Amino acid sequence: MWSILRKRSFPGGIHVRDYKEQTESQPIEILNPGEKIVIPLHQHFGAPAEPLVKKGDEVKIGQKIGEGKARFSAHVHSSVSGKVKAVDYYNHPSGQFVLSVIIENDGQNTFYDKNKELKDPFSLSPQQIIEKVKEAGIVGMGGAAFPTAVKLNPPPNKPIDTIIINGCECEPFLNADNRLMIEYPEDILKGAELIKIATRAKKIIVGIEDNKSDAIKIMEAHSKSFPSTQVIPLKTKYPQGAEKNLIFALLRRKVPAGGLPFDVGVVVQNVGTTKAIWDAISKGKPLYERVVTITGPGIIKPKNVLVRIGTLVQELIDFCGGLKEDTKMIVIGGPMMGIAQWSLDVPVIKATSGIIALTSIPLDYEQPCIRCGRCAEHCPMGLVPTQLMRLTKFGKLNEADKWGILNCVECGCCEFVCPANIPLVHWIRTGKSKVSLLRK
Amino acid sequence: MNQKEEKIFIIQSSPHLKEEEFIPHIMYTVVISLIPVIAASIYFFRMKALAIIITSIISCLTTEGIILLIRKKPLNSLWDGSAIITGTLLALTLPPSLSLDLVFIGGVIAIGIGKQAFGGLGYNIFNPALVGRAFLQTAFPVAMTTWTPTVFQKVDIATFATPLGNLKFNQAIIKGTLTPLKELFWGNIGGCIGETSAVALLIGGIILLSRKCIDWRIPIGILSTLSIFTGIFWLINPNKYASPIFHLLAGGVLLGAIFMATDMVTSPITPMGNWIYAIGIGLFIGIIRLFGGLPEGVMFSILFMNAFVPLLNQYTRPRYLGEKKK
Repeated sequence: MWSILRKRSFPGGIHVRDYKEQTESQPIEILNPGEKIVIPLHQHFGAPAEPLVKKGDEVKIGQKIGEGKARFSAHVHSSVSGKVKAVDYYNHPSGQFVLSVIIENDGQNTFYDKNKELKDPFSLSPQQIIEKVKEAGIVGMGGAAFPTAVKLNPPPNKPIDTIIINGCECEPFLNADNRLMIEYPEDILKGAELIKIATRAKKIIVGIEDNKSDAIKIMEAHSKSFPSTQVIPLKTKYPQGAEKNLIFALLRRKVPAGGLPFDVGVVVQNVGTTKAIWDAISKGKPLYERVVTITGPGIIKPKNVLVRIGTLVQELIDFCGGLKEDTKMIVIGGPMMGIAQWSLDVPVIKATSGIIALTSIPLDYEQPCIRCGRCAEHCPMGLVPTQLMRLTKFGKLNEADKWGILNCVECGCCEFVCPANIPLVHWIRTGKSKVSLLRK
Repeated sequence: MNQKEEKIFIIQSSPHLKEEEFIPHIMYTVVISLIPVIAASIYFFRMKALAIIITSIISCLTTEGIILLIRKKPLNSLWDGSAIITGTLLALTLPPSLSLDLVFIGGVIAIGIGKQAFGGLGYNIFNPALVGRAFLQTAFPVAMTTWTPTVFQKVDIATFATPLGNLKFNQAIIKGTLTPLKELFWGNIGGCIGETSAVALLIGGIILLSRKCIDWRIPIGILSTLSIFTGIFWLINPNKYASPIFHLLAGGVLLGAIFMATDMVTSPITPMGNWIYAIGIGLFIGIIRLFGGLPEGVMFSILFMNAFVPLLNQYTRPRYLGEKKK
């Protein structure tokens, strides 16, 4: 009974098989970087970084090679030591071609600046923490890649009281965050403490879906020495880790439409990001590597791998025993929101949480909407997707705006449950971009 | 290495996972939920019921197939179960003595006018089975109101009436000849072949609710509105008005509330829309039964509220997460 009361959740969403069993007990393995590394200068929400190196330059691990000058941008660092082969456009997980620094790895693993370890990180001022986070090029590692320094620096009229550390990892197949919580609980909790200092918040909540019982146990045990930190298990339901739904599930606060978590006094950080913050501040380590889950029915030996940013997906897949013959689709990210890749010649970026090889793809046979209302019933944002689709289709953009189309987070619940197989998310995405243009 | 790089993978828009439940699954769940009702109708009316059901399904499938061919549309929707549901539901709303050629005409109208004239599956405004029935009732009023008893009833056929007809035209409450509730519950009464057995309809309703094929608000809204409405009058004058339980079990209310009004295509999408729709149906049934010229009003109430569904959808938009209260 008590456990039922403690299981927090949100309205809407879907129960979907989590497919996590392939990699949930696989310890994080380290992949040595290959000969060729491709580091895109645009791996985050906002403006691309500007290159600081040119063809022929020597670079070292952790050296800043791209500078994010705008407010919404992030620096980019080299993940290997070697020679810049080119600064050119290259395949990017988004499906676009993005200006990237292509480096020939010399295999020496020499660091740009190694002796930056800090004795007492907790004595830093909020401004110093934010500055170091910005310098380390940290962005949200859960998938959205929002520049973390911006998130830690809310406007002065929006006081923050609670930090939420997002350990939901609600996307099926992925275990990168799960493994980080199991293997590096101290780093995550210390990172959370730094976020608390930076934002002057009072308490920290770590939210973890209850299908990750090992992570919950370990995080709970370690959190005992952090008096302002509380670990709260959440119901396993997609998209429990979506920022606004998570805030509602844990605190019963509703982020106003069009607003940000700041507006309700909350900052949400993913566990991977939180560990990156700790590493950046205590060890002076910029964000140049991350944990990626390589899994799915098409992967021969599914693994969780610590990878240098810029490693090509082909190398990661070779490291995991290669692909099965019947692999049809490669998705970067989770299967619900990730992006399908036509090629394996694409680099891992800061927001790459998983690489999933699927052997079957959903049918594309679309039928007319029978108005069953399941899309609306499962929409975690309380929208009516079939109506948004119809209004977009018939060009009624003002109506679509009124029905809240811009609040769609593209989680895919509606399309997952749609019995008529209508590409609702794609229609709504189209509608969203048209409505935003209209608003300008 | 090079050979692997040449492989080009399929790309598509997210999400890349899909629940394996499509329109035919929903439709055949409805068909399964209708089995207890079909069984009860055959139990009480024997071959007459079976013949009506088969004729109606054949008529609906044939009409659907021919029109799809004429419209040069794929024949998929012929097999998605929707025409079978329309055929079965139409049959269940017909009196046991109806001749089979009229049943066939009803099926043609149901699919031809009620569904395909609007553009086929998903586009119709009115419940197709009820369109077929409304046509038959208007065109052949005598045939549609000639009732025969079940095989277990020993009554005079000349004066035989349905429980609601008996209530309305024979002053049954004063004479003390009101049909007992027990008979209404099991279904050993006169009426349309599929509406008599309350227990069979309720089993079907439980199947539909458990598989989430209908919105619970619709049956709950209709039945509670009708109970409250008829209950008020019953409390005022129990010698003139029948009890709410009688009204829930007699006639087509359960068939309408569970299987007809809940048709996904012709009911609202929004929760608030569904409440208004259901309350409207319940209210109109009560008004027609108590004060109208007909003993029964389920069919017209549902068709009437069907017409409001597009408006209800438009004006009952649910509030999304974080929307400001106005």
